[in-house]
Amino acid sequence: MNQAAIGKQFPAFAYEVGKEKIAEYAHAVGEDNPVYFDRDSAKEAGFRDVPAPPMFAVVYSSGSVAPAIFDPDVGINFAMMVHGGQEFVWGEPVVAGDVITTETNVKDVSEKGGMGFYVFESVSRNQDGQEVVRGTWTNIVRGVS
Amino acid sequence: MNIELKVTPDKYLPHRYAGASGDFNPIHIDVDFAKSVGLPSNILHGLYSMAQVARACTNAAGGDPRSLRRLSVQFRGMGMPEQEIVVSGEVVDEDGDRVTVKAEAVQGDTRIIRNAEAELLPNT
Repeated sequence: MNQAAIGKQFPAFAYEVGKEKIAEYAHAVGEDNPVYFDRDSAKEAGFRDVPAPPMFAVVYSSGSVAPAIFDPDVGINFAMMVHGGQEFVWGEPVVAGDVITTETNVKDVSEKGGMGFYVFESVSRNQDGQEVVRGTWTNIVRGVS
Repeated sequence: MNIELKVTPDKYLPHRYAGASGDFNPIHIDVDFAKSVGLPSNILHGLYSMAQVARACTNAAGGDPRSLRRLSVQFRGMGMPEQEIVVSGEVVDEDGDRVTVKAEAVQGDTRIIRNAEAELLPNT
């Protein structure tokens, strides 16, 4: 395992949030709160525009996180990889029209009992520089030693 | 506060979630491929299952997405389409307005998400 990859920072990825993409995502995960579909409901609830469900974080983050996971320097054996754990810490709400920029780094690479633990951290900010989510992505790879 | 949610993802849910999320890994959407790598069938996206835990927590806090401040989960057993997911959880700590809950998601005897921990601000 390449522990020299710890700390590697990947290029920023910008994602412009669309109202209909929020609706598509909200529908797929079973959300039915009208704030996710209707601008008037969203504004009535105090949002600047239609908000994204919290877990929409995966949509705007993945363009930054995926290249990190697939990076040859990190060297993950994908055939043996499972997504072991995930954490999100939310900040300012994300709404339609926001441009969210995500940066990802390799937080940790370690081995325990023949399993490799690859931990990535993503930090996403909106166009005003406010942090909207911080993600910790843990991938587990079997048979690393 | 009671955390409870039941949902049965239909046969085509993994395809809709793939489109919505951009994750088209064939283990989620191609039964033949999934079987070729030793899985019983195509499996649910873990992040879809996590979204059900997020939804259960947010709903318990009154439904406002701003009430969910943090959620961490561990993915374990594989989730399957066309089987009921049951999310359950309980409050383990209250500190001022902030409530910490522990939760899990199961399909039958299979725990698909364990050690879920969420921080909520129910009065948001």
